[in-house]
Amino acid sequence: MTPREPTGAGRLKGARRRAGAEIMVPDAEFTSYYGRPVIKEPVWKTPDVPGYLFLGGLAGGSSVLAAGAELSGHRELAKVAKAGALGAISLSAVALVHDLGRPGRFVNMLRVFKPSSPMSVGSWLLAAYGPVAGAAAVSGWTGLLPKAGLAATFGAGLLGPGIATYTAALICDTAVPGWHEGHREMPYVFAGSAASAAGGLGLLAVRPWDARPARDLAVLGASVELIAKRRLLVRLAAVDGQSIAEPYETGTPGAILRVAEFLTAGGLAGAVLGGRSRVVSAVSGASLLAASAMTRFGIFEAGMASARDPKYTIVPQRRRRGPSASPAE
Amino acid sequence: MSTDPAARAGHLDHPPRVGFFTDTSVCIGCKACEVACKEWNAVPEDGISLSGMSYDNTVGLGASTWRHVAFIEQPAPPPAPGRPDAMRWLMSSDVCKHCTEAACLDVCPTGALFRTEFGTVVVQDDVCNGCGYCVPACPFGVIARREEDGQAHKCTLCYDRLGEGMEPACAKACPTDSIQFGPLDELRERAQLRVEDLRAAGKDKAQLYLDDPGDGIGGGGAFFLLLDQPEVYGLPPDPVVTTRDLASMWRHVGIAAAGLAVTAAALGLGRRRS
Repeated sequence: MTPREPTGAGRLKGARRRAGAEIMVPDAEFTSYYGRPVIKEPVWKTPDVPGYLFLGGLAGGSSVLAAGAELSGHRELAKVAKAGALGAISLSAVALVHDLGRPGRFVNMLRVFKPSSPMSVGSWLLAAYGPVAGAAAVSGWTGLLPKAGLAATFGAGLLGPGIATYTAALICDTAVPGWHEGHREMPYVFAGSAASAAGGLGLLAVRPWDARPARDLAVLGASVELIAKRRLLVRLAAVDGQSIAEPYETGTPGAILRVAEFLTAGGLAGAVLGGRSRVVSAVSGASLLAASAMTRFGIFEAGMASARDPKYTIVPQRRRRGPSASPAE
Repeated sequence: MSTDPAARAGHLDHPPRVGFFTDTSVCIGCKACEVACKEWNAVPEDGISLSGMSYDNTVGLGASTWRHVAFIEQPAPPPAPGRPDAMRWLMSSDVCKHCTEAACLDVCPTGALFRTEFGTVVVQDDVCNGCGYCVPACPFGVIARREEDGQAHKCTLCYDRLGEGMEPACAKACPTDSIQFGPLDELRERAQLRVEDLRAAGKDKAQLYLDDPGDGIGGGGAFFLLLDQPEVYGLPPDPVVTTRDLASMWRHVGIAAAGLAVTAAALGLGRRRS
């Protein structure tokens, strides 16, 4: 077996080429231990965890929509959104428990409350939100206890935004460069994506003339999702010494995120221009739902890729710490 | 932030904070520390194969590897008159850093990870539910989840031995005192003298790593004397505990969530025409 180069294995040539112009970037040289990652890649599984990020967003966004539709008198839409919230949060809880190394001990999540752990905060949020969203859905569909059902609808409308956005802190509060460095933008990406998905579900399931709040939410959410994602990439590209936007723009995550952006833009256009067409409205809704899911999968996989390659960890830290000491000893 | 993590965790009247000073300049790569750790802690075997990475077939720290000796072969620094191909070995025994500000402990949702009265960080096996959050939180890639039991594991700094007034198994087994155990304050003083000696002897790149309470993790309970840059050994050059930015994360989450809640109210404004 040929021994691998001890310290040279991690060197890379950083000359980038773009269509039309050749932009020369100085060679990014860095040293690593046999090219091995510095941090451990998350053990979270696909589709459990990215699926959870999406479903939590869909649930929280749907509760927002249900509360709005209840207020504006869109009864049918409110019922659909409540069912969507309950369905999504139930599936997401299954995905979460399934991802644990010791599923039988999942209740240990509620053993302590730790604001320093977004997962602890999220577990308590889920424990509060789940039953409330469930009560809202059951009352909405059966007509039982209408006053309690209304209170649950507004309660879920208040807790839902937390469910939809805390997951941004969850993934950013790690040493994974592709997530951590984007911690200022990620909550807005997740909020936009959640609103877009919930609006999309409403457009898909309810006739357009009964779905005005869903369309409004979809348009707002998709716009925020598109803008916030762009801002996230700008932030990541500006990390000193090494663009951490790279894993978001290349490979499988890059492809997933490009399709997601296309679907979001298409769904947005359809929601704005589709008017009273049932077909256009439904297709737009489906596009937004798919785009929201793909956004979460893409962001998840981009973070994993940024954890696997040591350059995303080492180069920015080396810049921060200053240049190497004199090469001569 | 307090530099006394045990007091911060609520241990009143606690013993002095202890840790490791690993002086890599005298490491001979014997791996006695790896073996002693496995034996004492009954850590299971986790793969026996050849890596092609010099004499390092352990490859890295993990759920079942709590001490790891790194081997680096590199050109010897000049001058090596008449020996243009001269090379040198760097060897270093890596371990959990028992950070003053420990991300694994901060993010653990169950309280399975806790701060001991000695200032060290330990996982409680009977509490960990295997959520895996600590794994990507660690800026050093130390803690990991074991496939067999689905739980997180790492160095305990031999918590059981500390309670009996004994030193950790790796330090006990180290034949050259490359791994030194003791009260952290004493170790830091000793390390400072050692690095000054080495520099005076012409080792310009000799440096202490994680000895400074002002660094991004508040200083390590385990720290190192290295003969080259940290990344050469697979260590991050400037690690910062992820939870330093958590206040900012919660602030942005709060704004985004408030935006959604306001949106719910706004959606309700336009009454349905019917």
